[in-house]
Amino acid sequence: MNYTTAFRNPQLAQKWVNAIKTLVTQHWHIMEVCGGQTHSIIKYGIDQLLADEITLIHGPGCPVCVTPLEYIDKALTIAAQPNVIFCSFGDMLRVPSSQQDLLSLKAQGADIRVVYSPLDALTIAQNNPTKEVVFFGVGFETTAPITALCAYQAKLRNLTNFSLLICHVRVPPVMQALLSTENHRVQGFLGAGHVCAIMGFHEYKPIAAQYRIPIVISGFEPVDILQGLYFCIKQLEENRFSVENQYSRVVSEQGNLPAQNIMQEVFDTVNQNWRGLGEIAQSGLALNANYADWNAETRFAVQAINTQEPVDCRSGEVLQGLLNPVHCAQFGVACTPEHPLGATMVSSEGACAAYYRYRQMT
Amino acid sequence: MCLAVPAKIIQIKMTDDDLLRSGVVDFSGVQKEISLAYVPEAVQGDYVIVHAGFAISLLDESEALESLQAFDDLAAFELTL
Repeated sequence: MNYTTAFRNPQLAQKWVNAIKTLVTQHWHIMEVCGGQTHSIIKYGIDQLLADEITLIHGPGCPVCVTPLEYIDKALTIAAQPNVIFCSFGDMLRVPSSQQDLLSLKAQGADIRVVYSPLDALTIAQNNPTKEVVFFGVGFETTAPITALCAYQAKLRNLTNFSLLICHVRVPPVMQALLSTENHRVQGFLGAGHVCAIMGFHEYKPIAAQYRIPIVISGFEPVDILQGLYFCIKQLEENRFSVENQYSRVVSEQGNLPAQNIMQEVFDTVNQNWRGLGEIAQSGLALNANYADWNAETRFAVQAINTQEPVDCRSGEVLQGLLNPVHCAQFGVACTPEHPLGATMVSSEGACAAYYRYRQMT
Repeated sequence: MCLAVPAKIIQIKMTDDDLLRSGVVDFSGVQKEISLAYVPEAVQGDYVIVHAGFAISLLDESEALESLQAFDDLAAFELTL
């Protein structure tokens, strides 16, 4: 079976659109948590197909977007040092900081390398024993166990010229933070499928019960998203509030236990600052005391860097679902993917960038 | 960033330590070596979901077929009501 094309079948997608239209008796506001889902929704026009029945609110699930500016400044400070090879996922390189971005620092001669996997950074460290190799680990629970295994292997091999600048974040606390704000409009969630591939979905059951809100763990293809929306609206119409799993071909309730074990071995859960949202309790993952020697923040003494957000960017409101990108005065004018004011325009998973790419002509 | 795509395992490189296990996967024609550390149960021929050079989950074909079948099941159920 081709697992990708099967879930992009337009006839099947249309059947689910029709089923949703038949099901709804009132207008609902549903937030897709993950930036990958946002990208699919805008790319395939799912929001436009269902505009009369539901409003899709684009959630804070793009890690590039929610990484606070201070981490970009810390990355720039470390990467600018002469003996450093700084490794990162590609989409972090264009995030503007208070001064510049990593790509322009690279153009000035810094040794900054885009890696596909953090394990590539470990190999670079092994091959360059006289250099300090740093990996910039950002992302949600999908990516965190991968960074964790790097730390684990670095310690196992006593790889002392390798360290990690880490800004990993957790999905459940930010969902709770959004639901705790007075003016939120969210009535149901599409849960982040690949985060749950790692973590399972037991963490979401207390949230669904406490806030009386349906959470449907969903995949990323059009049929996945439409099916997830159908399940979510069905619950809303029937006044039910539970966790359902649309993405059962990938996600199990307990998640990936070997990955969770390595995360437990390497990380502590900590309070974490989110770009545009502020500090959220227990929402971050940081290297624990056993792995302190591999923490780039202490190795390069950048803990004290604390950067404020620019005032003319409203990405915080976009991340909370309070502002549609096209209603921002800077959208497409002072703020474009070539010259982004804020991170929601930088990453292709950011809501502003998705609207700019697929909706600019409308 | 949580982008992860299906791929088929075409070769497994055996090691004594599950956390060092790797394999070659095929992404519809593009082949790449990835870590199989987090899918110790995976065997050659399995489909996995790959994120940042790691298989993060096995793909369950029967569950995939069930999802694709769900609309027809729903339609049949609604018609029998």
